[in-house]
Amino acid sequence: MKTRTMTVAAALFALSAPALTAGGADDDNLTINGNIEMTTKAEPAAHLDGALPEVISGWHFRSDETQELEMDDFDNPGMIFVDQAREAWNTAEGSEGKSCADCHNEPESMAGVRTVYPKWNEEAGEVRTIQMQMNDCRENRMGAEPWKYDASAAINMEALISSVSRGMPMDVATDGPAQETWEQGKEIYYTRYGKLELACASCHELNYGNYIRADHLSQGHTNGFPTYRLKNAKLNGQHSRFKGCVRDTRAETFSPGSPEFVALELYVASRGNGLSVEGPSVRN
Amino acid sequence: MDFTRRETMAIGGAALLVASLPRGAQAATVDELIAEFTGGADVADSGVELTAPEIAENGNTVPIEVSAESAEAIMVLAAGNPTPPVATFTFGPLAASHYASTRIRLAGTQDVIAVAKLSDGTFARTSKNVKVTIGGCGG
Amino acid sequence: MAEGVRPRVKVPRSASAGDAITIKTLISHPMESGQRKDSDGNTIPRSIINRFTCEFNGESVVDVKMEPAISTNPYFEFEATVPEAGEFKFTWYDDDGSVYEETKAIEVG
Repeated sequence: MKTRTMTVAAALFALSAPALTAGGADDDNLTINGNIEMTTKAEPAAHLDGALPEVISGWHFRSDETQELEMDDFDNPGMIFVDQAREAWNTAEGSEGKSCADCHNEPESMAGVRTVYPKWNEEAGEVRTIQMQMNDCRENRMGAEPWKYDASAAINMEALISSVSRGMPMDVATDGPAQETWEQGKEIYYTRYGKLELACASCHELNYGNYIRADHLSQGHTNGFPTYRLKNAKLNGQHSRFKGCVRDTRAETFSPGSPEFVALELYVASRGNGLSVEGPSVRN
Repeated sequence: MDFTRRETMAIGGAALLVASLPRGAQAATVDELIAEFTGGADVADSGVELTAPEIAENGNTVPIEVSAESAEAIMVLAAGNPTPPVATFTFGPLAASHYASTRIRLAGTQDVIAVAKLSDGTFARTSKNVKVTIGGCGG
Repeated sequence: MAEGVRPRVKVPRSASAGDAITIKTLISHPMESGQRKDSDGNTIPRSIINRFTCEFNGESVVDVKMEPAISTNPYFEFEATVPEAGEFKFTWYDDDGSVYEETKAIEVG
């Protein structure tokens, strides 16, 4: 990959001069298993109103070695957990003795679902994430205990559902009944939190491509979630990631599954509309 | 630390080397491990290849590759880890090449060392410095 | 036995006699290094897979001695010669005495 030398040089600069603007996204192409062509750079959605000149997947901000881990399902350690979820998909649980497969057949029947979530649920009168919808199934159709938000069983299942949509463009709705929640998410995105007074936008809109110490900031899109992170060697959920970011501003954080993070998930997802679903992606 | 086994032997053994090195305790461990692997034989500076990133985004998962033509075994050490041994690959008769790739943990910026036992009974070593970046956020 | 340990192996279904093929293996395992401490400051005891072997029809391809510096979810890639049709056998040895096995048949045509 030709940009490697540049990335390395940029990183070295960054180590000696943290404030230096360097790096940026590379221009490699992402194809998974040699046949899933991924859109990793897209035209910004109209609602972004010029905030981002181009919408760029976090994959472009990683080193060649990390990028390669996502290019083949065997090399991608996140797929171990997709395999585990595939087993859970076929396992009956709860008082009704039903498995996911009893209603939904193969996991492949979920193709496209990941692209439109979080999504307004008319019956419930709220915007729901995939995990909320899975728990609805568990409680009301299977008679099973709901999963704790971002528990590994839930993230693994979300990864399975995401994996069958890989290559399809993110396309969450921002208008209609979801608009109010979306506006709330946007408000949170631009609010400065914590002793460091940082908003999501401070890093991921105004400083993507720059280094924060030795970390190469991305645009913070969510199309790659659940994400296998090298730092903890497991799949990570969006809300847990949000929590980590907010915590690092030295603020009291919202909880995974809270209405605030549901709203933020919707808003951040909408910023990445047009990018291919990548989950389970691999990041540092 | 750029010292060779050959120099070590030339000055009469590991003990003397340890005394002369600034970070003696650490080097001694690596040196002892190499001595154990080679049985104290000379180690050439070429004959084994090690591929590792110049900069690792995260020390928890660093991809490496080792290869040596006609190697019987290749030992990998991480000189700066709390315990330097990483892995020893012993190739059987059905190994098509004496090549292996894996993912390793590095506790910080340090030298990764590969020592190969070649089929003619001689030994070769190489090393590569890998810089491990410290994240800004950790979020 | 560590929980949820799952081997994955990638071997081509067929090869020509004498061909060199690439094999990839991945197993889910925490590879607890013995260097970490829990929230009470107590060292979490080491619990790793300490050896991995690959054999074909009983003959060795590779035998790896593994240390705590191997990453969580250990991955190996290597090359094997396929002299005839037969079966690859992969074995992982856990510190706790557990042995995880996987086999893959390959045709020669």
